[in-house]
Amino acid sequence: MIKRVVDFFGDERHAKKRRRLFYLVLVLIVIADFLVFREHAEYLWERLPGWSALYGFGSCVLLIFVSKFLGHQCGLMRREDYYD
Amino acid sequence: MTDFVHPGLLFILGALPIPILKGSVRKAYVLLIPTLAILAVLTMHPGGYGAAQFIGQQIMIAKVDKLSVLFATVFSIMALIGTVYALHLTHAAQHVAAFVYVGSALGVVFAGDYLTLFLFWEGMTFASAYLVFAQRSEQALRAGYRYLMVHITGSVALLGGIILHGFATGSVLFGPIEDGLGFATCLILAGFLLNAAVPPLNAWLTDAYPEATVTGAVFMSAFTTKTAVYVLARAFPGTDLLVWLGTVMALYGVVYAVLENDCRRLLAYHIVSQVGYMVVGIGIGTEMAVNGAVSHAFAHILYKALLFMGAGAVIHVTGRRKLTELGGLYKTMPVTLTLYMVGALAISAFPFFSGFVTKSMVVAAAGQDHRALVVLALTMASSGTFLHTGLKLPYYMFFGTDQGLQAREPPRNMLVAMGMAAVLCIAIGVFPQTLYALLPHPVDFDPYTGVHITESLGVLMFTALGFVIFLRALDPENTISIDTDWFYRMGARRFMWLAEKPLARYEKAVSDVSETAALPFLHRMARAGLRIDLRGVDAFVNAVARAILRGGGALRRLQSGVVTHYALAMIAGVIAAIAVFAVAWR
Repeated sequence: MIKRVVDFFGDERHAKKRRRLFYLVLVLIVIADFLVFREHAEYLWERLPGWSALYGFGSCVLLIFVSKFLGHQCGLMRREDYYD
Repeated sequence: MTDFVHPGLLFILGALPIPILKGSVRKAYVLLIPTLAILAVLTMHPGGYGAAQFIGQQIMIAKVDKLSVLFATVFSIMALIGTVYALHLTHAAQHVAAFVYVGSALGVVFAGDYLTLFLFWEGMTFASAYLVFAQRSEQALRAGYRYLMVHITGSVALLGGIILHGFATGSVLFGPIEDGLGFATCLILAGFLLNAAVPPLNAWLTDAYPEATVTGAVFMSAFTTKTAVYVLARAFPGTDLLVWLGTVMALYGVVYAVLENDCRRLLAYHIVSQVGYMVVGIGIGTEMAVNGAVSHAFAHILYKALLFMGAGAVIHVTGRRKLTELGGLYKTMPVTLTLYMVGALAISAFPFFSGFVTKSMVVAAAGQDHRALVVLALTMASSGTFLHTGLKLPYYMFFGTDQGLQAREPPRNMLVAMGMAAVLCIAIGVFPQTLYALLPHPVDFDPYTGVHITESLGVLMFTALGFVIFLRALDPENTISIDTDWFYRMGARRFMWLAEKPLARYEKAVSDVSETAALPFLHRMARAGLRIDLRGVDAFVNAVARAILRGGGALRRLQSGVVTHYALAMIAGVIAAIAVFAVAWR
C-alpha cells in the first residue's frame, strides 16, 4: 500500500493525474474558505476569504527570492572550502 | 514505595553498567532504563524533593509541578525512541553519552535551584559534545570543539549571572525573575538564550548537529534547545524582548533553510525556526501563549526527532548527506519516506498532525494579544517550514534526479523508532485533549474550527503551488552559508594569524636584538666585572688578610709565657695609666 502511494508521487507516468489532483485540491480549499463560518475576526484580513491562500503563495515566493538574493548578492553562500 | 524517583539520576546512574553488558542483555537493559524513567515520571506527585543546605544556601534537587512533568514526560519518551533508533550500535560509548545527556536534561527540568540547574546544565554540554566527537571525522572533531567552546562561554555567563543574582536576592532558588532585567538577570538570560539558539547565538546548533553521529543528532535535536525553552518558560515568561527575538528567529531559520544543501543542517535551521515560536509564546506570557509554547515544545521534540531519524536513515544507508548528491530514493526507501513525511506534515502543522494543535495556539495567543505583525511573521514562517521540510528536502532527497544510488530500507530498529514517533505525531494531532490536559494552565482552545482548517490548508497548499512553479529556483547548490559562527571561526583564524605572523615576527626581532647587541654587551660587562673582581677587590682583600696575618705573628711573639715579662708589662701599663690619668685629668 505504502509502495503504491509513494509510487504515485514519484513515477513520471502519474504526473498528469497528480497535477490534476493538486489543482483540484487548491480549488476546493479556496471554495471551502469562502463557505466556512467566521465567528469573530480580529484583523481585517481574517474577514477576507482566500486571504490565507494568497498569503501562503506570497510568503513562499518572497522567502525563496529574498533568501536567494541574500545568498547570492549579499555573499551568504560561499564555496564549500570557504573555511578550509 | 517512595514518592519520587529522580528519572535523571535513573539515566545517569543507569549509564554506568552499559559498558560491561554485551549483546542482547545490553539491548534489553538500555530499553529498560527509559521505560523505568517513563514510569517514574507518570507516577510522581507534585512537590519539592531533596531540599538541603549547600554553602549556606538552600537548594532543592527536584521540584515537581505540571510544567516540569510535561517536559519530563516528553524527554523520557524521546529517550526511549532515541534508544530504539540507536539499538544497532555496537559500541557502548554513545549509549552512555546519550543517557548522561538525557539524565542531565531531566536534572535541569526538575532543578529547584540555580546550583543544581547549573550542574546538570554542564552535564548536558559535555555529554552532548561527545555525540559530535563520536563521529570521529576531522570535520566533526573541529565542530565538536567549537560546540564545546561556545557552550562553555555561555555557561560562564550563566554562572556569573547566578552568583550575582544570588548575592542580590540572597537566594538561589529557581523561579520567575520578577526584578526586571538587571545585569545579573541579563547574564542568566544570555546563557539561556544561547542554549535556545536565539540569533545571533544560534550558529553552534547548525554548525554541530549535522556533524554529529546519525543516532547522536536525534538526541541532540530534542534536548538542548527544549531544556532552554523550559528554563525560559520558568524564569522569563512575559519578557517582551523574547517576542521580538522569537519572531526574528522563526524567519531567520527559514531564510537559511532555503540556502542549505546539507540535509541535516537544513533540518537544524528549522529547529531554530520552530524554537522561535516557543520563544514568542513565552515572551507574550499569557496563559494561552505559555501553554502554546510548551505544548509546541512537546510536539516539536517528537516530529523533529522523526525528521532527523529520516534524514539519518538516508545518511546511514547511502553515506551521503548533500541534497545535490541525493535523489530517486523513493523506489528503494518508501517506508522511510512515508515516516519522514509524517514528521514533515506534523512540523508544517497540517490538520490531524501534532504541529496543527500546538503551533496554532501560539499564533492565536499572539492574535489575542493584538500583535498583528507577529501573527503575520509566524504565518510566513509556517509557509517556509512546509516549503523546506515538507517539499524541498523530500523532493531532492527521495524524488528529483535519480542518482542511481544503491539503497535499501534502514535496519528494523530505526524504522520501529521512526514508527513510534510517527504514531505519537498523529495521536497528538487527532487527540489534542490528552496533551492539553498535561499543560500548566487550563486550556480554552479548540484547534479544529472550520476557518482554522481552511486557513491552514490555504497557506500550506498554496505554498506548494509556489514550490511547483519556482522549483528550479530552489535547486540545491553546492555551497555552505555564512552564519554568525563566521565571527569566531574567522576571528580565531585572525587571532592565529596575528599570533603566527606579527607577534612571532616581533618576538623574533626582539630575540635578534638581544642576541646581536644585548648579549655581547652583557658578556663584555661580565668580563670587566670579573677583571675588577680579580685585580681590584681580590687584591685588596688579600692584602688585608696578609696584613692581619703579619700583625698576628707580631702579637704572638709578645706572648712569651714568662710570668716576669707579664708582670713587667702590667707594671709598665699601670704606670702609663697613672701618667695618662695624671696628665689627662687635669
